Amino acid sequence: MHHRSVPDRILEGFNMLALLLIGFVMIFPFLYIFTVSFSSLSDFLNNDFLLWPKQWVTDAYEYILSSNNFLRSLGVTVFITVAGTIVNLFFTATMAYALARPIAGQRFFILFVLFTILFSAGMIPTYLVVKATGLLNSIWSLIIPVAISPFYLIVMRQFFLNIPEELHDAALIDGANEGQVFWKIVLPLSKPALAAFGLFYAVMHWNNYFTGILYLNDPSLWPIQVVLRQIVVINEPNSALGSTAAMLESPPPPETIQMAAILLATLPILLVYPFLQKHFAKGVMLGSVKG
Amino acid sequence: MENQPVQTPAVPKLNEKLPVRKISLAAKAKRSFMRQRYLYLLLLPGLLYFLIYKYIPMLGLVLAFKDYNPFQGIVESPWVGFAHFEKIFSNSDVLQVIWNTLSLSFLQIVFAFPVPIILAIMLNEVRSQTFKRIVQSVIYLPHFLSWVVVVGITVIFLRSEGLINSMLMAAGLDSVPFLTNPAFFQPLIVLQVIWKEAGWGTIIFLAALSGINPQLYEAAIMDGAGRLKQIWYITLPALKSTILILLILRLGNVLDSGFEQIFLMLNPFNMDVGNVLDTFVYFKGIQQADYGFATAVGLFKGVVGLILVVTANKLAKRFGQEGLY
Repeated sequence: MHHRSVPDRILEGFNMLALLLIGFVMIFPFLYIFTVSFSSLSDFLNNDFLLWPKQWVTDAYEYILSSNNFLRSLGVTVFITVAGTIVNLFFTATMAYALARPIAGQRFFILFVLFTILFSAGMIPTYLVVKATGLLNSIWSLIIPVAISPFYLIVMRQFFLNIPEELHDAALIDGANEGQVFWKIVLPLSKPALAAFGLFYAVMHWNNYFTGILYLNDPSLWPIQVVLRQIVVINEPNSALGSTAAMLESPPPPETIQMAAILLATLPILLVYPFLQKHFAKGVMLGSVKG
Repeated sequence: MENQPVQTPAVPKLNEKLPVRKISLAAKAKRSFMRQRYLYLLLLPGLLYFLIYKYIPMLGLVLAFKDYNPFQGIVESPWVGFAHFEKIFSNSDVLQVIWNTLSLSFLQIVFAFPVPIILAIMLNEVRSQTFKRIVQSVIYLPHFLSWVVVVGITVIFLRSEGLINSMLMAAGLDSVPFLTNPAFFQPLIVLQVIWKEAGWGTIIFLAALSGINPQLYEAAIMDGAGRLKQIWYITLPALKSTILILLILRLGNVLDSGFEQIFLMLNPFNMDVGNVLDTFVYFKGIQQADYGFATAVGLFKGVVGLILVVTANKLAKRFGQEGLY
């Protein structure tokens, strides 16, 4: 080990302390929201700075989970996330593969895709096309119009280009066609890439808020983020959760309901986070190293 | 396309050459198409997607030059030329919105852009790999949350009876109307962006730092350089080109200001300072059904954005790096 001077050691200690503080700032809101969501009203009101529940109270969670509106919107979001990600992967992988093969007109098709990254028609014309294709007020309006992210398509094509040419040649000589090579050889080989892009797409769907209010007028179709906004940002927890929520003698305070709702809506992401982070970081690097 | 060997048929006379080549080209195209039919089959779903949801809307941009009437439809509605565009530059609302968009972008470049660089340098100075990994995991986390959650957390902490204000009042100070005072709108947007994305933004800088030859540091230590000098003379220069490229590309996007975040943070009190081009298009087009004018504003933003991005990319390439495309 190198000799370290005193100023350097002080600097290092200061640096680690600062990083700990930054980490705390990132994690504190969750800790606080978690604590309040499990606390009783009196504990919440009597302590300005709660760091851990004094006694565990689950009223807010029971109240939310007995609400039809919340569960329904959660179901909508689960559906959009699962179906949407499957659609995304199918559309992205098929096109990316075709463009990674020596297909006639390849250059044109790639420019065709790239141009949409640089220029888009904007909200109003897109809205009118979604309307004209009959998707308005249908859950599919949150899935079909975002079937492909042009950027992920380009990165996935790059991934397919790295699969050795000999594999294709061998399969084609054995009598397989390009379609069979894709399904039976390339896709099984691409599981890590599919997992990474699947996660990208899944988080996009889970967190999607805006297209929900843009395309869906029917509240029964609203995804969880739209309901969450009403509960927390608009501050209407009781009306957003609906009258079906538990008939408790004393309903939990709106504050704890809001915080419990945030945690419930974020739970899936928090659960898969350790897994997400690894794949995501890889995906970002994949995207930044272009050839 | 490229893998087709070019055949030059031995046809001596000029006037015979043309028809013969035409036939052979058509036949060749057909043969090549039949051989690649499965590839075209795989291409088809994606192609249809881009055509329907990306290119057909571009045809809808003619709305920017029309006085749209829902009963007549896009095609039948009367043309108005550049009337909507003239309105953009004579309408003080739009000018205010353009100003809001640009000033918010400028604030983000000054205050949010440098944060990941500083964080990456700080992380790079940590010797314990375990400590570094834990801090990284924690600072990446907010990136995965939705804007609704981030704005929700902001509201919970900053509303009049929220944690911050109860602490202020416990300290004998006045409560501060963070969410309704327009002066706080832009700072809050920038702080949210920093909280949500700063950690995630370090990834690319950390990658650039991992490529530094450790011998450079060893040599610097031999020469008696302390930590700060090492950062100044080795770490920062190693990041210079990455910083420059990302900054140029960010400048290309000054008209994009994060639609969901701003939309969620807007309320009647901060509308004057907070309304940006994207939200303006939504309010005009979707809520007030002024399709023609809203499309014109969107087209203006799209065209200026395209020019900025292409210019930024050219500049980025000039600095010796790969650009965006």
